[in-house]
Formats: sequence, C-alpha cells, structure tokens
Amino acid sequence: MNKPKLKKWQDPDEISKFPMGATCKSDNLTSINAGWRTFRPVIDQSKCINCLRCFLVCPDGVIDKSGSELEIDYDFCKGCGVCAFECKVKAITMKKESDFNG
Amino acid sequence: MVKKFICGDDAVAEGVRLARPHVISAYPITPQTVTVEKLSEFVEDGSLKAEYIHVESEHSALACAIGVSSVGARAFTATSSQGLLYMAENLPYASGARMPIVMMVANRSIALPWSIYGDQMDSMFLLNSGWIQVYVEDAQEALDMTIQAYKIAETREVMLPVMVNLDGFVLTHTYEVVEIPAQEMVDNFLPTIKMPDNSMSMEDPKSLCISAGNTTNLEFRIKQQIDTENSVSVIEKVDKEFGDMFGRYYGGMLEAYQCEDAEAVLVATGSITGTSRIVLDELRKEGKKVGLLKLRYLRPFPTAKLAEILENVKAVGVLDKSISFGYEGSIFTNVNSALLQSGIMPETVNFIGGLGGRDITKQNIREMFESLLASASGEKQQTLQYVNVRCKL
Amino acid sequence: MERLNAKNLTNNELFYGHKACGGCGEALAVRIAMKILGERTVSVLPAGCMSAVSFNYPHMCFTNNAIITPFAATASVATGVAAGLRALGVENTHTVGFAGDGGTADIGLQALSGAIDRNEQIIYFCNDNEAYMNTGIQKSGLTPYGSKTTTTPAGKNLPGSITMKKNMFEIVAAHGIPYAATASIGYLDDFMMKVQKAMATKGTSYIHVMAPCPTGWGYPSEITVSLAKEAVDSGLWFLAEYEDGEFTLNRNPKEFTPARDYLKKQIRFKHLTEVDINTIEEHRDKTWARMRKNWMR
Repeated sequence: MNKPKLKKWQDPDEISKFPMGATCKSDNLTSINAGWRTFRPVIDQSKCINCLRCFLVCPDGVIDKSGSELEIDYDFCKGCGVCAFECKVKAITMKKESDFNG
Repeated sequence: MVKKFICGDDAVAEGVRLARPHVISAYPITPQTVTVEKLSEFVEDGSLKAEYIHVESEHSALACAIGVSSVGARAFTATSSQGLLYMAENLPYASGARMPIVMMVANRSIALPWSIYGDQMDSMFLLNSGWIQVYVEDAQEALDMTIQAYKIAETREVMLPVMVNLDGFVLTHTYEVVEIPAQEMVDNFLPTIKMPDNSMSMEDPKSLCISAGNTTNLEFRIKQQIDTENSVSVIEKVDKEFGDMFGRYYGGMLEAYQCEDAEAVLVATGSITGTSRIVLDELRKEGKKVGLLKLRYLRPFPTAKLAEILENVKAVGVLDKSISFGYEGSIFTNVNSALLQSGIMPETVNFIGGLGGRDITKQNIREMFESLLASASGEKQQTLQYVNVRCKL
Repeated sequence: MERLNAKNLTNNELFYGHKACGGCGEALAVRIAMKILGERTVSVLPAGCMSAVSFNYPHMCFTNNAIITPFAATASVATGVAAGLRALGVENTHTVGFAGDGGTADIGLQALSGAIDRNEQIIYFCNDNEAYMNTGIQKSGLTPYGSKTTTTPAGKNLPGSITMKKNMFEIVAAHGIPYAATASIGYLDDFMMKVQKAMATKGTSYIHVMAPCPTGWGYPSEITVSLAKEAVDSGLWFLAEYEDGEFTLNRNPKEFTPARDYLKKQIRFKHLTEVDINTIEEHRDKTWARMRKNWMR
C-alpha cells in the first residue's frame, strides 16, 4: 500500500509553536474517514481482471495498484460505491460496514 | 546620491525602484496614478527589473501581490479610496498569511459624496486589517518609508504587510527636492528577500491560507496580535539603522516636537504635521507652550510612547481627517484609549478637518492650538470641533 | 504526448484524505488532474468545496504546494504565483487554479478574464457541479434550466432555475485563449488528454469539467461517473476544444440518449413537467445545431 499515511498530531501547546501565518506543511493527514462508511467495497480477487477502472474512478483514490493485487485503503475509503458500480466484471461488492466491526 | 524635484507619488515610485520588487501589480486610481505610471516608465526603460502586471481591478492587484508573496518573492502594489475598499477582504488575508507586502495608499476621501481629494477616510476603514500603517509627512519621507517598509515587513519576527500612507493631492501631487539614495546603499540596507518560512517552495511544500476551526483559530489570532505588537521594536530599530546609513531619522513610532514643557499638544498625522510645525514655531515665539506629536504609525499603536510624551500635558487635541459617523474620529478614539489605559487624563479635543480635501490653513491650526490652550487653562472646549467649515452648523 | 490511461497513470496520490462527500465528482477531477500535473505544481483554490474539505488545520490533503485564495481571486492569485516563481527563477512548475462554477462564472469571472487577457502562464479548471454547493446548493450562473436549488425552489409558479447555463467555454474562447476545453469525469480518458494539452500550452489554458455532485443533485453516490457520462451522451453537456482559434467537437453523437432518463435520476430535476423537459431538449437541440454548423469542418 503506497498511499499518504495518517500522521500523529498534537495541537501546539504554546503560542510560539503555532505556525506563522495561516500555514501548515502539506501532506499532513491527521484524521481518517473510515467512520463515514455504511458500506465498504470488497474486491473478489478471483474475479478481478486488473483493468484498473476502479483505481481510476475512485474519487478518493483509495485503491492502490502498486502491489500484485489491488488493495483498498480502508482508513480513507468512504464507501461511496463508485468502484463497485463501475467494475465491469462485478468483482467488487459493497458489504455492510457493521459486518466488519467487532 | 542624486537630488530630484519630484512629487510625493514620484518619490514612492523612486523608493519602489530602489527596493527592487520582483512583481508590481498595478491598477490606477486617482491620486495614486502618477506612482504606477512612473513605475511603468522605470520598467520600460530598464531601470527597474520587475514584472509589471496590469491587473483588471484593485481586488486583483492585492490578490496578485498575495500570490507573488506566497512563493517568497517581493511584491508591490498601490491604491486609494474606493480601490482600497474594493480590495478590503484581501488586507486581513495578507496580514493573516503573514506576507511582507508593501502597499502605498494615497489617502483619499470615500464616496459618498464622491471626492477625489485627500482625507483619511480610506485607511481608517482598514485600521483593523492587521497591516502596519505608517503616515508620511513629505515626499522625502515617502521615499524613505517605502524602503524602510520592506525592511520592517521582511524581518523574520515581523513578517507583516505594511501600508505607506500619503495625503492625496497635498502630498502626492506637490513637488519638493528629494534625495534619491544610491542603489548600492539601498541594496546594503535592504538585501534580497530571504525565503520566508511560510512560503511555498518545491523543496518544502506547504499549504497556505488555510482554515482553522474553533479549537485553534483564537490561538492563530493571538499569535498575530503578539507579533504585531512586537513589531514596534523592529520599527524603532529600522528607523535608527536607516538614519545611520542615510542620515535621516524619523523618530520611529512617533515624533515629538516641543512637547517637553507643553501645556497643549496637537496630535496629527501626515502632511499637516509640516504646516503645524511652522504655526507652532510662531506660537512659541509668542510665548505659548505648545507642542506637536506627529503620530507616524497608527498600527501598531504606540500606546506607551504616546503616554510618556503626554504625561504632563494639560490639553491634547487630535486632528482626524476622517470620522466614524455616530461617534468621533478614529485617531481620537485610539489616543483617548491609550491615555486612559496609562492613567493619564488631560482634556482631549477632537478636531475633524480636511474631509473631502477641505483645506486646513495655518490660521485653522492656530485656532486649534488656541482652543487647546484655552482648555489647558480651564475653559471647557467642545469635544468635537470641525475645522474650516463654510457654513453655519 | 503519451496517451494516459489507468495503467500508466501514477499510483501516487497528490490529493488525498479529504473530507469531500463520498462520490464527489469534483474530488475525482482534482485527483486525476493532480496526478498528471505532478509534484512541481502549485494548486490555487478559491473558497469552495475543494478548499473547504482539504485545508482544515492541521489536516492538509494536498501533498504539494497549495494555497486558498479569496473567492473572487483564483486567477489573480494564480497570476501572482506564476509571476513570483518566474521572478525567482523557479522552473518546470505548473500553476493551476481549481475553481467551482460560482468561483469561475460569477464572482471569479473578472479575474479570469484579466488573466486570459494577459495570457498568464496558468492552467484554470472550472469544476462545474452546477451550483454553489459548498454553501448549501444555491443557484449559480452555471445552474441549468429547471434545476431546483435552495435559492431557486421548484413550486407552483417556477420550475426551479429559469436561466440556461452561462456559456463559459465560448466566453473564454472569445478572449482568444490559446487552449480551452470542455470535459467530463464521465469521459476520463478525454479529460486526461486535455489536461496534458493544457500543460503543454504556452499561455493560459482553461478546462471546464462537469463534475456531478451527489449531495446537490440528489442521486446515489455510486453513479457519479456514469451520470457524468450520461450528461454527455444525452447532449446536455458536450466535449469540445478551442485551440489556435478553432473549435472542435470531440464527440458528436448521431443520436442523444433521452434527456428525460438523465434528468429523472436526479432529485433536483424530479419536479420537471413534460413542458420543462421539452424546453430543455429544445435548448439542447438549438445549441447542438449551432455547434455543428459553426464548428464542424
């Protein structure tokens, strides 16, 4: 998985540690979007033909093609369902998020 | 060093040329036009190597300067009156982003009624914008402060935009002999801008002009307030450094003239201070104990220094070339607050004059001092007085 | 210019982790554009959905340089950024504006016009979701006829918005811009090709990409890409370019899919009567007749 990662963050505890100006360094993710999901996409790798359409159309870019199989970054997937809808071979199913939480 | 017989607008253009901005964003408005025209001539003849962008509005002029500054380049723009109000939302933007932009404002009245003539209605609207505001008395000071403004703005501990204010027409369009310093000396005083910490670079990518929610927004603002207040020491330091190098000292945050034993002091800003000094000298010859406090910076406001000077004064008059309708002149409000905070309670009088370019004559100034002297000797004066009114009130 | 597709497009995300709604069309447009534009890009965004969801201290979603501008000032701040980089001798960069339909056609029009007039070296994207979505779905100059918005309610007397979309593509072209294009997230290969062309343009380029909004348009988020395609297939949006003074229609379908099918998928058009749909189709047909007449060679 080669997606931008969550960073540990503490708000500055002293004024002098706040940034000068309304500024922050880029690539600074401090909260995940997993909690948004009602459904999560699950890839059936046996059906996947690696056409990469899901990778292309994901509005959040959470499908990773860097490995030998497609992977989903569930930290940042919102469960919008575009990937499942667009998959030409129906290799992606939207499953209830509640099935995955312990 | 060269001497030229030029007007206030020209002097600013010369100062800008010497300050070597990278990009100038220009939109014309009377009475700033001569400045942007002169700058275009300097660019054309090659004496100023800057990119000159003919933006399509004042809002875009400052927005463009914000863009320039955001990547660490030196920006300049100028405006006045309606243009300043049109770009108003971009002023706290620039100060909140901590961008060392320098902008000349030719102080001019604000519609309505329409007027192209000078008063300070425009810059008073933007007192809360977070910009450092300096008011210059003559063309020499206009040139000098344009250069100093960059040095102050770009100081790491400051990193705030600076507004250099010239009285419309009476200063922008009047001529005097001005010393134009040598480029090498200015380069020594004002080196190339160092990449500020909060600018975007390819090596160190940043997100700028961000949002801060209600759990951190207050702290961002407090930091800006602390840093703005701390800019006072930099302003004083730069004034001294400039004087050491170029031979002209301006006193820093303010200049006190004959205030040590004064019973009555007039507080004023901008070009009127020059005329006031002449009247004051005449009154002093007559034995009157009067003084002049030339407020150079309105933001940050020099509360401590002002209180120190006015501590033993009996009557203080504040000349405002603006008014906050339903209340009083804004400089008067600021001065009163400073005095009260410092536990100093002279009689204070607000003189509202100059609106819409109404002349303030030597006689008018004499009458202001006389009113203050009367107040100092116990004769209560009207708190808000208009100067040089042409009809019955 | 290598033809871009899912296979050769970088895996790297340059716009990630943002708080846009699930299925946001605009987020997809920005994401894909950024992958092509690359790391040496300064992204310039006005107030709007994209900036609102990606710059909330301390959560920063652009991997590289990005700046929010005042609402009206996308093109003027971008002008300054490009000029500043030039002045500092920073080379091989792109300065790119990503503005919404309101930030382009309404409040941002003056600055955009000025920038094009000066032929600034910037790429300007209009991400068109057809209303002021960030502030709660109010009508903009690019809201289409018959669209219910929170300031053009559909009721007894009015069918929602009663004006047609402002013709931004031709307004921009009328400036003599070196390159302008219309695009859609429903035709991503076409969009990617246009991004590449914009990057290669000397002077200003403009890409107007239709980006459906599930929240504002009222449809299930998973059909975002397919709905964008349907907008084009039904003729209610079009894919075209303006390059070196010439217009080209990239797609000229012999037959349109029924407008009704596209419209009725969206709650914002639910109230449309047959008369309304007729009005929409007539306007579409007139527009296409004019484009075909003038732009086909």
